[in-house]
Amino acid sequence: MAPSFIRNQPDFVLGVLYILAGGGFAAAASRYDMGTLAYMGPGYFPFLLGILLAGIGAWIVLRAMLIRGARVRLAPWNLRSLFWMVGSVIMFGLALQPLGLVIALVLLVVLASLASHEFTWKTTLVNALVMVVLNVGGFVYGLSIPFPVLPQIAAFQL
Amino acid sequence: MDLFDNLALGFATALTWQNVGYALLGCLIGTFIGLLPGLGPISTVAMLLPITYSLPPAGALILLASIYYGAQYGGSTTAILLKLPGESSSAVTMIDGHAMARQGRAGVALATAAIGSFIAGSFGVLLLATVAEPLTEIAFLFGPAEYFSLMVLGLVGSIALSSDTIDKSLGLMVLGLLFSLVGTDVNSGEYRFTGHISDLYDGIELTALAMGVFGVAEIAFNLEQYNRERNRNATLAKVTQLIPGKKDIRRMMPAIARGTAIGSLLGALPGAGVTMASFAGYALEKKVSRYKDELGQGAIEGVAGPESANNAAAQTNFISLLTLGIPGSAIMALLLGAMIIQDIQPGPQVISNHPAVFWGLIASMWIGNLMLVVLNLPMVGIWVKMLRVPYRILFPVILVFCSVGAFTVRASVFDIYLLGAFGILGYVLIKLEVSPVPLLMGMVLGPMLENSFRRALMVSRGDLSIIYSRPLSLGLLIAAGLLIVISAYPSMVRKRKAALAEESA
Repeated sequence: MAPSFIRNQPDFVLGVLYILAGGGFAAAASRYDMGTLAYMGPGYFPFLLGILLAGIGAWIVLRAMLIRGARVRLAPWNLRSLFWMVGSVIMFGLALQPLGLVIALVLLVVLASLASHEFTWKTTLVNALVMVVLNVGGFVYGLSIPFPVLPQIAAFQL
Repeated sequence: MDLFDNLALGFATALTWQNVGYALLGCLIGTFIGLLPGLGPISTVAMLLPITYSLPPAGALILLASIYYGAQYGGSTTAILLKLPGESSSAVTMIDGHAMARQGRAGVALATAAIGSFIAGSFGVLLLATVAEPLTEIAFLFGPAEYFSLMVLGLVGSIALSSDTIDKSLGLMVLGLLFSLVGTDVNSGEYRFTGHISDLYDGIELTALAMGVFGVAEIAFNLEQYNRERNRNATLAKVTQLIPGKKDIRRMMPAIARGTAIGSLLGALPGAGVTMASFAGYALEKKVSRYKDELGQGAIEGVAGPESANNAAAQTNFISLLTLGIPGSAIMALLLGAMIIQDIQPGPQVISNHPAVFWGLIASMWIGNLMLVVLNLPMVGIWVKMLRVPYRILFPVILVFCSVGAFTVRASVFDIYLLGAFGILGYVLIKLEVSPVPLLMGMVLGPMLENSFRRALMVSRGDLSIIYSRPLSLGLLIAAGLLIVISAYPSMVRKRKAALAEESA
């Protein structure tokens, strides 16, 4: 349970994220050349923005603790759908180079569909087939995007 | 050149069969995604952005623009027949539109929405055509300081009217600006924030960010809701009589006129957007209509007003993008991205450097509006069938297009991973109840903002007063300041919270 002095939990978390991101960017930017106001180096503008973001974050954190008002709780997190969606995208990326577009697409559609409570193999495979035909036809042949289509097995490329 | 010559050039461009084809395709896609609740124009335009890279500039912009205004037509169909907002901009149309449908007047409601949208759209396009050139002449007075201030105004405008508190959106916008600076610094050639990952030397790909935050994240969130409330059976109203009677026409016309006026005005302001316009259109009817007591119980004004307003706004939204190069909303930001990729430097010089693209886009917007009336009224039965596509089939398809699209831009697997990462970020933002739109705005405007800031201070030799001592620049900054003050008023915050959930979705 979150401590009770945090009145607005979502805002508090967001503020902390802003502080971390702003601080991180400002720290990284400070290692680049700052230059002068007239001749700004690559670090100048991002350093300003990083400080600004961290400042806004600090203000939001304070506001979330100090300002009276109805308590706002964090919405329940159900990471299951997110995990499957992002997981299937990453899997698509991992599979694309070695296994080719066809297999990667089937993997993506099957993995993503598994997250639905109404999963059936039949619809999913038909869906995957349609996606393979559409994408190979449209992107590889239609727009000539350099997708690897079939598995690239080193042994076959001698 | 006068307006007539320009429009002739525009129609000559827009009426080539390829461009008519792109407009038609865009209208079809736009109507389709407008119909589907849970898939919005932002994620769709982001998904199609990579495909348009291989099209000629006029075709690419015509396609993307027609998706955007097409979605405004489609959204109303779902609202009227299903009582679900197909787009957030048709959320108010739902009230009276669905009430009309329950009284067996669904057809008349659909016709009203289409007629209103067409009249409003035509007016919006005409307005865009007439003010565009004079506005660009003002823009030629702009130096780097004015551009910097104008961009600040555009950025602030895009967050001042969102439903979140201003500090949260401001932070997100700054984060977007920082993301946009990742990659090679044009002035010094130094790599910034790349962590020695060579895939980042060219920066973070805009489409990966947009599709991740609006596509992947929303799917994850929708799926969570969808799995929870399974089998919600929405009943579809039957469409009968399409042609409105004399009395209907007499009642809808004044509402269409009012909706068009307020929508055109709001659409031209940075940040207001189509959702805001339709809510304002409804509020206006509530105040001034002769039949305001009937509103909520199936009054035709409740459909005509907001639907005209959102479509007028969809057209006038283009004004600041095309004349000043400042996007007023997330969709316009994506279109700006498309222009840059097509080697069209956004700004006042677009009209003189690319007249065929500019006037062709404008002419095609009018043609598109005409197509949409035809597409939506006689063909409404076909569209209604589309509403039956279940989400469990739809969401893997969206995911496929996001993933394939991410790779397509730079033929880079790294961008697919970026897509996943931004999906996580977008999901966190949804859970923390912030709209991700400011992130996208910052991401698009960041490089130009930094560049104009650096150039202004180089011109003044490091004297910061250049930004606030020139009257035009000062005026723009004051306007931005006023927007912040107004939006921080508690009564405004409450009103907006009640009025609009969010631009996206």
